[in-house]
Amino acid sequence: MLRIRHPKDFWAGVLFIAFGLTAFGIALNYPLGTAGRMGPGYFPRGLGLILAALGAILVIRGMRLPGEQIQWGSARPLLIVLGSVVLFGLVVAKLGLVLSTILLILTSSTASMEFRWKAAVISALCLAAFVVAAFVYGLKLQLPALPAFMG
Amino acid sequence: MELFDNLAIGFQVAFSLQNLFYAFFGVLLGTLIGVLPGIGPVPTIAMLLPITYTLPPVAALIMLAGIYYGAQYGGSTTAILVNLPGESSSVVTCIDGHQMARQGRAGTALSIAAIGSFIAGCFATLLVAAFAPPLAEMALKFGPAEYFSLMILGLIAAVVLASGSLVKAIGMIVLGLMLGIIGTDVNSGLQRYSFGIPELSDGIGFVAVAMGVFGFAEIIINLQHTGVREIFTKNVSGLWLKWKDFKEALPAILRGTGIGSVLGILPGGGALLSAFASYTIEKKMAKDPSRFGKGAIQGVAGPESANNAGAQASFIPLLTLGIPPNAVMALMVGAMTIHSIQPGPQVMTSNPQLFWGLIVSMWIGNLMLVVLNLPLIGIWVKLLQVPYRLLYPAILLFCCIGVYSIQNNVFDVLMTVLFGLLGWIFVKLECEPAPLLLGFILGPMMEENLRRALLLSRGDPTVFLTRPLSAVMLVMAALLLLIIVAPSIRKKREEAFQEPQEAV
Repeated sequence: MLRIRHPKDFWAGVLFIAFGLTAFGIALNYPLGTAGRMGPGYFPRGLGLILAALGAILVIRGMRLPGEQIQWGSARPLLIVLGSVVLFGLVVAKLGLVLSTILLILTSSTASMEFRWKAAVISALCLAAFVVAAFVYGLKLQLPALPAFMG
Repeated sequence: MELFDNLAIGFQVAFSLQNLFYAFFGVLLGTLIGVLPGIGPVPTIAMLLPITYTLPPVAALIMLAGIYYGAQYGGSTTAILVNLPGESSSVVTCIDGHQMARQGRAGTALSIAAIGSFIAGCFATLLVAAFAPPLAEMALKFGPAEYFSLMILGLIAAVVLASGSLVKAIGMIVLGLMLGIIGTDVNSGLQRYSFGIPELSDGIGFVAVAMGVFGFAEIIINLQHTGVREIFTKNVSGLWLKWKDFKEALPAILRGTGIGSVLGILPGGGALLSAFASYTIEKKMAKDPSRFGKGAIQGVAGPESANNAGAQASFIPLLTLGIPPNAVMALMVGAMTIHSIQPGPQVMTSNPQLFWGLIVSMWIGNLMLVVLNLPLIGIWVKLLQVPYRLLYPAILLFCCIGVYSIQNNVFDVLMTVLFGLLGWIFVKLECEPAPLLLGFILGPMMEENLRRALLLSRGDPTVFLTRPLSAVMLVMAALLLLIIVAPSIRKKREEAFQEPQEAV
């Protein structure tokens, strides 16, 4: 009976095998060439196989040696932090830097367990003023400060 | 003396008003992010890379270098006062530094850390100046076979010296190499792994990888932990060192400087490893090892000197061979390519102003850092009282603006989020992200040199062994692997990394 005894090694191995075999599979479409005249498929195929082999070692080790459980922790910070960045990326060109900064700071602040509205709002306003001064006027980045319909 | 002529060029460049300003800005920012736990030099440099487009190359590199060694100074402040490593390389400083603070000797600990770092910085600057030219001369004779073997050696050394599982670390390198070849193949013009997405035809931006894997993932991890911080800020006094303290610490400073200089040059080395090694050695050398962990001044002086020497010495492989020995140097490669400077032995001859200016700026930067960190310590202490819940949204914001402004493109932001997620998974699975970034930077170079080497040898793979320099490097790489697999040494290596960590 096989079971996962070292989940960190086991799943890292699964991840490597998945990446390695996918990369190898895709590289099959690229010309291989010969060692002396390498095609674009030569190096990636080799790497894909090496990665899959390393993954296999980890999977086997993960079933033999004992190890700690994976502590995934709360999903809340993960989703909120990454989500608020996606939101910023999607709206910054349309809403401008001021509004998207306020949006990013307010949404991402809620990821902390010590979240407080008042402090977050003050910090959002200060940072919005600072980044507009520093990046739009100071460094002259190609970012609009105000929403498209207002500028 | 050629060395002095060269240094004279360097002083001319580094003392221009503009470069002094950027060196100051770099070390200031470095100290800032060093003091703040939860953001390190890698995401900071990644964040600033897009902005350096507009600067002259010398100013850009001087600033970015300042961030790296500046962070080594700032990191010790947090380690001593809060018992948190402001910078990963200050982990060991927490042990004795924080104990000193508890005994009311915070001022002494801070001073010895800064003075040790300064001595180490001066020495390492001289070392770079002295060793870089002969190394670069040797590297000029390298062919593609030597370069390929050198990269193998560098990557292997990087994982051998790192902590954690060897198989995982090699896997992370290979994964990084594969991510590095995404985009248009230079030889055939074929698009590899771009899945028909036009933004991927130039490859993944390393800013997205570095910021996602190091910056975002770190923030998420920090938010998942909750801990109480205990800050010793009230009694920072007595910054003037007593002669007795200095005399006690000096040998440790000198040893730390030596260790840092040697380990910094090695691929995979740099600040973190040097600090660990120095602490272990100081403990071994001490007449009374039991004082360590209870506020031994050597336990602060040694590692703090070592991490600064290591940080600066790691510029040697970058500037002479074009091979980045750690993640920060990998980003410096990026910074140089932005300004279309190909890192490698030719930099010194084709761009002497840049090369020597950068080196001299390090010495000036160290001088500025002593001033920034000792008399102005009060400002940094204040900064430590800013709670993390206000800090991380601001870090996120600067990351977002940095990534977005590379090409004014949402795609890069989304890639960073993807790598943030990947980075978080890697941390949970105990896969170290630094080798991934190294592989990512070296991927295209490695493929190109492998190709050329085998083209020249008409497909004969023995070329790597018949060319003597290449063979030596491969044998060294193989020996390193063998050593690490050998059980007895493996145990020692684990101990060396375990010991200081457990004591924190």
